[in-house]
Formats: sequence, C-alpha cells, structure tokens
Amino acid sequence: MTANLELPVFTNNSEEELGGKWGMVIDQDICTGCQACVAACAMENNVPFVGEEDVAYGRGMHWIRVERLWEGLEGDYRDVKMTDYQPTMCQQCHNAPCEPVCPVYASVHSMSEDLNLQVYNRCVGTRYCANNCPYQVRTFNWRDYTDYREGNASHTINTANNDPSWSVLQNQLNPDVTVRRRGVMEKCTFCIQRIHKAEDKAKSEGREIEDGEFTTACAQACPANAITFGRLDDPETMVNKAAETSRGRHLLEEMGTLPRVTYLAGGA
Amino acid sequence: MASYAKPLARPHSEEEIEDPREHLMHDPLPRGKMNEMVMESMHETSWKFWVATGFLTVVVLVCIGYYWYYMIMNGLGVAGVNRPVFWGIFLVNVVFWIGISHAGTFISAILRVLKVESRRPFTRAAELMTTFGLVQAGLSVFMHMGRVWLTYWMFPIPNERMLWPDFHSPLMWDLMAITTYLLCSTMYLFLPLIPDLAMARDRTESGWLKPIYKILALGFRGTEGEWKNLTTAMNIFAFAIIPVMFSVHTIVSWDFAMASRPGWSSTVFGPYFVIGALHSGMAAVAIVLFLLRSTMKHYKYFIRPEHFDTIGMLMFMVSMAWAYFYFNDYIVPWYGGDVWDKLFQEWAEKGPMWYLWYIMLFCNIVVPWSILWNKKWRRTPWLLASAGLLINVGMWLERYIIIPAGLTINRMPFTWRIYTPGVEVWLTIGTFAFFLLLYMLASRVIPLIPVWEVQEGQEAHIIRKIGKAEISTLSDLE
Repeated sequence: MTANLELPVFTNNSEEELGGKWGMVIDQDICTGCQACVAACAMENNVPFVGEEDVAYGRGMHWIRVERLWEGLEGDYRDVKMTDYQPTMCQQCHNAPCEPVCPVYASVHSMSEDLNLQVYNRCVGTRYCANNCPYQVRTFNWRDYTDYREGNASHTINTANNDPSWSVLQNQLNPDVTVRRRGVMEKCTFCIQRIHKAEDKAKSEGREIEDGEFTTACAQACPANAITFGRLDDPETMVNKAAETSRGRHLLEEMGTLPRVTYLAGGA
Repeated sequence: MASYAKPLARPHSEEEIEDPREHLMHDPLPRGKMNEMVMESMHETSWKFWVATGFLTVVVLVCIGYYWYYMIMNGLGVAGVNRPVFWGIFLVNVVFWIGISHAGTFISAILRVLKVESRRPFTRAAELMTTFGLVQAGLSVFMHMGRVWLTYWMFPIPNERMLWPDFHSPLMWDLMAITTYLLCSTMYLFLPLIPDLAMARDRTESGWLKPIYKILALGFRGTEGEWKNLTTAMNIFAFAIIPVMFSVHTIVSWDFAMASRPGWSSTVFGPYFVIGALHSGMAAVAIVLFLLRSTMKHYKYFIRPEHFDTIGMLMFMVSMAWAYFYFNDYIVPWYGGDVWDKLFQEWAEKGPMWYLWYIMLFCNIVVPWSILWNKKWRRTPWLLASAGLLINVGMWLERYIIIPAGLTINRMPFTWRIYTPGVEVWLTIGTFAFFLLLYMLASRVIPLIPVWEVQEGQEAHIIRKIGKAEISTLSDLE
C-alpha cells in the first residue's frame, strides 16, 4: 500500500457551483437612486414600517437599500465626487457565510432554486447569520412591527403605530408572503413567491419559463430599468448577457462568497 | 516520608522573613473546634445579611424578572441592539461570566493537581464561582435570543419533523461546551463537598436542612474505603476537568474567530480568550475572598494574607500573559496588512469609543503591574480586592470593545451605526445581583471552607528544627 501524498486541490470552478439558477444585474450607471425599488420591495414582501426613531437608529428593515458612498471628502470641496448609487440586497451567495452559523437550520440553501432561504418559523433569533453576512443585508424584527392590531404591545412603544386608524394597514399585506413576528431574522428572497408562481404556471402549461415572463418587485418598479432579473443557467437570457459585459463586478468578491448579483459600473 | 514544604517566595529582605507559625497550615486548631467555627459562620447571621439579601432579591426580581419579561413581550427593540451591532452587551456578559467561571476550575483543579498547599481554604469559594458564574452566562445567552421561548430547538431532541440542530454552527459547539462544563464543574464542586456535608449533617440537630444534608452526603461516614474512593474520584476529575476548562473558552472564542468579520477571524483568539478568562477570574477570586473574609464570622482564621499573596502572584502572572496575547493580536493587522483588520484596531484606539480602550489597558496592565509586584501590597486584602475590581472592569471593557464596538464597523461602510445600550444595562445589573445573591444564599447552606482539606493540610505540615533553623516540612500522607 502506498499512501496518496498528493495534496487535494480545492477549487470553485465546477459548472454546477458557478452557474447558479437565478441572478440579477444592477446597472449603477443608470440607477438614479429614486428608491422606487425600496418601496416596491416593502409592498411586495410585507416589509414593515419601523417608525422614524427606529430607522434612524439603524433598525430599518428594507430588504433592499440604496447605498450612497462618497469619495475624496478630504481636501478641495470641488473634488467631492459622489459615486454611483448602489442598491444592495441579499446577494444570494453560493457560499453563503450566513448558512453554516445558524444553530437551527433557519438559514438554509435551496438546492432546487440555488437561493438562500430564511425559514422564519424556525428562526430563534441568535442573529449570528446577520453578524456573519459581509454585505449586512439581513434585517431583524426588533419589535412586532407588522402587528397592526389594537392592544398590541408595540403600540405602546412605536409612536407611529399609536393611531388606531393604522390598523387599516393590515389590508395592504401581500397574502403570498409570510408576516414575520418579533425576534425573527429576514432578508431578500429574490421574490421567491413570484418565482414559484411563474414556475407553477409554466409547469401547468407544460413549458419552460420564458425570459422576462416575470421579474422581482424591485426590477419591476425601477423606472430606469437598472435592475434585470432572470435565469443564469440559460446563456441567452438578458441577465446573462448583461452580466458578461466588461463593466460587471461583484461586491466583496475577495470573500469568495460567489454572489448572484452583478453590478455594472464604470461606463460612460 | 517528609519533604520540605515549598516556600511560596524567597524573602528579599529582613522584614519579609515571616514566622511560619503565622501560616494557616502551622496554626492548627482542634478539629471539633474548627468544625464548630465553620458551622457557626453558616448559622450566625446579623441583620445586615438579611438586609443585603432582601435588597439583592428585589434587584434580581426587578432587573431580571421584570425587565426580561418586558423585553420578551416587546421584542429586542427595547434593548440597544441594531444593525450592524446585532450582538450587544448580552454577549459581553456571556463571555465575561464564562471568564469568571474559569478561575474556579483553575484554582481548584490545577492547584490541586500541582499540590499547591495554600489553595486549601479557598478551593470551594472558587468552585462555587464557577457554577454560579455559568448560571449567569447561561441566563445571558437566553436573554440575547430573539425568541427565547424556542430555546429547546437548539437541543438535539428527536421530534416528529426530523429537525436537528446544525452542528456546523459555532453556537452549537458553544452550547455543548458550556453544558459539559456546567455539569463537570458541578460534579467537581460536589465531590470535595461530600465530607463537609457529612460534617454538617452530624452537626445539624434538626430543621429543614437536616434531610437535605442527609441525602447529599450520600451516607458518608469517613471510613478508609470511602476516603480512598473519594480521593480517587477527585483525582480523576481534577485531571479531566482541566482540558474541559481550556476547551470551553476556546470554543467561546470561536463564536467570534469563526465569523468572517474584520478583527474577529483570528487564530490567536482561542488562547487569548482563555488567558483573558483567567485574568478576570483570578481577580474575581480576590474580590470574593476579600468579601468572605470581611463578612463571615471566623473567616479571618481561615483566609489569611498568605492566600491573598498566592492569588496576587497568579494575577500578576496572568496579567503578563494577557498583555503578551493582546500584543499578539496586534501583530496580525500590523503585518497582515488587511485593511479591514487595520481599521478594526484603529477604530478601537481612535474611534468615538477611544477612551474605553485606554481604560481597558490601564485596568488590565497598569493596575496589576504597579500593585502586584509588591509582596506587602499583595498581602493587603482590600488593595488586592480593589485591583481585582479594576481588572474586572478592564476585562469587561475588553469584551465590550471586541463585541459591540467592534461590530460597529464592517465591510459595508454605509451601514455603520453606533450602539447605545437600552434595557441591557438593567439586565446586566441583574446578573451581577443574581450572582451575589446565589453566593450569599449558598453561604448559609454549604460550608464555604473545605474543612477537611484544611485539616488534612494541617496534619501534614510540621515545623522541624534543623540546626537552629525552623523549617516547615510537609509529610506525604498518601
């Protein structure tokens, strides 16, 4: 018997790993920072209003946020240059740092859709996943924000919800999406309810999903068409063609998380 | 066989030469008398004790009972945690209390294994700190959770949905390690307690404690066979618990070291956290010994300046080791060149919380190094206790700098936010009060001095005259 002394080589370039199923391309050069995606996402996914005080304290629960970053603040005032707006949401990493740290499997990977899922009713609220997320895109239900019923505990704290007429707000909740309670982590799902709806429809009609047949709420709402969503495993889709341009890059690529969102920047 | 008893330190000057008769080991009392003294210290309490107990009970009920209920009912929003500081003071308290709990095992097991004679009167006081400290650490973990009522989902309980906890998660390792440590240290507390429980059973005439002592003493009568079994069991446990102790705080450090955060993912965290734990733990032993000595009846006989001397030397040694590891933690960003790691260090020194960093260094390094080198000062109980208090402040701040202050910065600068504690403050006060309360209640029920160990030591120590010199010798009893 001779021992195999060859060192194993770990690479991430198998087709299955790099391919992915659903992907998104965000063109920062045409994003105007209008926040329509943020509003649309909140409506679609029952993302609660947290009130002025909490959002200022860093408890805003938007699944997508438009980051503005400045360069060259020091020195001559005229050198101040605002970089492009950067809409940031869950990057649906293939090697997601949030997944292995959850003690109860609330943060899991969907093998069929190649997405990161958060199982709300399994979450016990250790918040380790949010700590370990390099993109800081996970949001936590610090209070019962979505519970608009009267007599709820949050009413005594959250002044914005103090008015009983706010209870009307529960009529605007999307019935396709779970309403989360306090103590639960949540994040962008790539509008998985829309993915499933389209898949069911395509299946019942005995065909594959067509490119552009449906899209996520943020992409749908974007007036500049800066967000494109679609399948990554089909080279002919819009999202794949857009991602292949030389302007494409990933956020914090050095972390090795293999994100599914591509940012386009640096164009004219 | 007799051997020289090791002197703890060689005298440097005339005034440091002390009479060996001042040592507890050479100042024996009749066994009956000593047992009486310990029983008396348990039973005779002044009104001050009950006032203090009542006050602490109220504090625990309000701070832990009410505020925790309030937080559970309203969500963690009433605490100060936000994005990106998802972990706040609760996790600081977890690390802090597990650190405190380390001293018990260190003193009791390592000093027992190394046969350090001056450990004898205070092993139990240190072991109790382990158990009660772990209770506070466990409570703090539960306070930290968003849905604490579902804690049992983290336990590997078979269920109809075949759901199992994820053992990839460092939090699961943590849970296993802390549970193991709690069980081991409780058993290790119990074993040397058996002869003292038997003593208490024989000296309790009636009352509600008599049946409890009776059950807990396991029918110990002090026959040779029983002693043999007991010492064997204690030896096994003393050796076995040492690796457990080291592993627990290493695993706690992995909660941070395994995360991909700047400043956290460092391989030095394991030993660094263990030393940090000992640093705060030793200091806490000094405080507890001072409190016991100044409040309990007859304890001035058992706990003497020589014991503070031992603790002081250990504190000094550990503070140097801590400084070494803290320096090592700096080497990584200095030479590694990672921008985020560098930013993390700069944030601690120059960020808006810079003063915490200076207070921490002052308490953890300047205080022990300027006080503990002097034998006379080490032997002054109140001075050692104050140094211990400052070291604990420093170690608490060290964890604060790592967790909430460190979490403020991350790789997405857009999300940076400062953390301001909310109800955490009350809950922290609650854990401290609960620790003291448990300790005070225990002091009424169990002998805090391991009487049999002191007596055993006194039997073994004899002063012999060799020429004109009086030499302290130690007979091997085994």
